[in-house]
Amino acid sequence: MPLRPDEVETIAHLARLSIDQSLIPEYARDLSAILALVEKMNTVNTDGVEPMVNPLEAVQRLRPDVVTEGDQREAFLAIAPAVEDGLYLVPRVIE
Amino acid sequence: MHDKTIAELSAALAARELSAVELTQALLDRIEAHNGTLNAFITVTAEQALEQARRADERIAKGEAGALTGIPIAHKDNFCTAGVLTTCASRMLHNFVPPYDATVVARLEEAGVVMLGKTNMDEFAMGSSNETSYYGPVKNPWDTERVPGGSSGGSAAAVAAGLVPGATATDTGGSVRQPAAFCGVSGLKPTYGRVSRYGIVAFASSLDQASVIARSAEDLALLLQAMAGFDERDSTCVDLAVPDYRAGLEQPLDGVRIGLPREYFQDGVEPELAKVIEAAVEEYRRLGAEIKEVSLPHNALAVAAYHVIAPAEASSNLARFDGVRYGYRCENPRDLEDLYMRSRGEGFGTEVKRRLLIGTRALLAEYYQDAFLKAQKIRRLIHNDFIEAFKQVDVLLGPTTGAPAFRLGEKSADPVQMYLTDVFTIAANLAGLPALSIPAGQVDGLPVGMQLIGRHFDEARLLNLAHRFQQATDWHTVRPQNFE
Repeated sequence: MPLRPDEVETIAHLARLSIDQSLIPEYARDLSAILALVEKMNTVNTDGVEPMVNPLEAVQRLRPDVVTEGDQREAFLAIAPAVEDGLYLVPRVIE
Repeated sequence: MHDKTIAELSAALAARELSAVELTQALLDRIEAHNGTLNAFITVTAEQALEQARRADERIAKGEAGALTGIPIAHKDNFCTAGVLTTCASRMLHNFVPPYDATVVARLEEAGVVMLGKTNMDEFAMGSSNETSYYGPVKNPWDTERVPGGSSGGSAAAVAAGLVPGATATDTGGSVRQPAAFCGVSGLKPTYGRVSRYGIVAFASSLDQASVIARSAEDLALLLQAMAGFDERDSTCVDLAVPDYRAGLEQPLDGVRIGLPREYFQDGVEPELAKVIEAAVEEYRRLGAEIKEVSLPHNALAVAAYHVIAPAEASSNLARFDGVRYGYRCENPRDLEDLYMRSRGEGFGTEVKRRLLIGTRALLAEYYQDAFLKAQKIRRLIHNDFIEAFKQVDVLLGPTTGAPAFRLGEKSADPVQMYLTDVFTIAANLAGLPALSIPAGQVDGLPVGMQLIGRHFDEARLLNLAHRFQQATDWHTVRPQNFE
């Protein structure tokens, strides 16, 4: 089922991706082609088949609840785009 | 020096025929001479490399060297390297210098390798031609008007051109095997969970696997030996002993059962390429293997299921790129939402955005059952097909790709055409199985690869079969004309 431009805009907003208005039709066309490929999945009946999440059917390993990492704040702040007083700087959130 | 394998270089270094510094300098000179043409490297770490080489020479002099001491390698640019730019070939990370090493990087450094630099790739590993890189496409050393394959195009081209004897890479849907096939080199994707993914920038967490490219099965074995094994920091890494991969290489093939999935020999394979694979099968018969036809009935659905699961997982993994803690940040954000929207919209390229949109959609409440869950069920069916096949045979064999390397731009108009080039490689990622590609011949002067797929954790057998083929043939020694 082809994707409409307004659907592309909705999903782009959910994914927090700005896309130039002029490019929306192109995205809609390409995404529709991909969805048509994906439609192939419906040629097989999968009733009663268990979804496979991990190829080895692995179970999440747990570890003891002990602090193992040291303070690396300086290293992390050094590579951030904008910082102040040891905090990440973002545009005002609360009015 | 640049035409020697890692095994040969290791012996030469141990015999003091040359020093690690001489070898490193020779390859750095070669990179300088050829990278302008090939664009295989994003970052070259010359000073650091020579320092590592000096230390390697000291270890060799003291008799403390291992098989990889002083061996130059490159890392695909999605492996975090402490203090060294790690871009994932994306504007989003054009300025990202990680404060830590990936486990694979640390283990190889521990083993004494000399890192020459970081190789180019498709952006965030999303691609099959190395044409989506923010830093421009990589060229195939066999024909610079053609693609090297992707997403590990830089690593494959660098090894094929003799810029490094080995390179790390990652494989999520074929991103090591397909470029290895297009560039006439050997590439191995280990079993999911065999090698730690800690410090590798995640694309699709249930499919990604750290991999390796080199010029021979023996070299793959040497590198895998240092990379494989349990890592506490990767919760999907399996705690299973690592066998001696080199020891198993010489095993005779009598009694080994090789399965030819009929779905790999139908449409989608150029006739000349099919002939190359048939000749390879005959070679294996001569080497004592038993050949049987098998079936993987759901293989036709693999590409479809992959292009739901991989983008969905990517949409989650790439949510961390928000312009706040690292990476690209847009100018003058109006508010927080604008910061996110434009940092991501401007930081990510088109293919990445396409996949994030597909992935986000697949996880929406109204589509989840029909898209994501359905794909996970198909994954189960594909996995079961392999388990059934492996009841009758020990290894599966087929072409890695249906055709040799295509021209730059040839498949850019239609994303689906590009996706379909992975039709033979994708299923092994969905099932988590180990798989490799080795050069099997040529079509119109271009290399083509043969793929071997094994049972979970049966890398030793794959390397054994590849090694025996490489002892009986010499396709893996053929070099591209301008890079001999």
